Amino acid sequence: MVVRELDADRVFAALADATRRDIVTRVLRGEASVTALARCYEMSFAAVQKHVAVLERARLVTKERRGREQLVRGDITTVRAAGHLLEQFERVWAGRVERMHELLAEEAEGNPEGPS
Amino acid sequence: MTVLSATTDRENLTLVLVAEFAAPPEAVWRLWTDARRLERWWGPPTWPATFTRLEPVPGGGAQYFMTGPGGERAHGWWRFADLDEPRSLEFEDGFADEHGEPAAEPPPSRTRVALDPDGSGTRMTITSSFSSADALEQMVAMGMLEGLTQAVGQMDDLLVPA
Repeated sequence: MVVRELDADRVFAALADATRRDIVTRVLRGEASVTALARCYEMSFAAVQKHVAVLERARLVTKERRGREQLVRGDITTVRAAGHLLEQFERVWAGRVERMHELLAEEAEGNPEGPS
Repeated sequence: MTVLSATTDRENLTLVLVAEFAAPPEAVWRLWTDARRLERWWGPPTWPATFTRLEPVPGGGAQYFMTGPGGERAHGWWRFADLDEPRSLEFEDGFADEHGEPAAEPPPSRTRVALDPDGSGTRMTITSSFSSADALEQMVAMGMLEGLTQAVGQMDDLLVPA
């Protein structure tokens, strides 16, 4: 199961930062070098590199050296799995709401004392 | 469609879900505070919940277990932080050992339920937050059983001859 393999704390911690979320969004659209990414933000190359390293440890991105460049690519599997956690929890509640709805309908049909 | 919206906030590990019911807040309140009613919806059909204790007063607690298809039991507890009948309630929800004793890990989740009158019905807003992704993951691990069960239940419904 994908979700069980996910290091959820790492993923959520990595995504808790706006710059890192932005980096993931960018590299999901297409690979980018760390140098190119650094140009997008008002921070040092080293700072951007650090953010990329956090994302890499959370397996949200992969990094590959090509010549002098380090190319960063988004890992869609991990991103999906992270979204999946809350989505699954949402489904738990959707199921409960559905049952509450049925129970209320049943009570409205003349069984005001509820389940016997 | 009874669930109007569900918003997830990954940063704060929070789910906000809004649902609408045709019944007034008082009726929805009873589903939350009457053990026999609560048992009918908290767990999925094949993992029904049994509440052995339910004290819907501030500081009061609840103990329950869910029984799986093979007879296995998953224990849980609640602690009520705040109740305002029939408008809102807030409680912590955590896992417990087989004696109903709260487990140290993962930390409990916090759920706030608001029941607002909406015409002759009720708009219910659930805000559920987790303090760690581990806690969310564990809840989801149980929830997946539920999701699967639900899917199977829906399939069964479809198979009932008209």
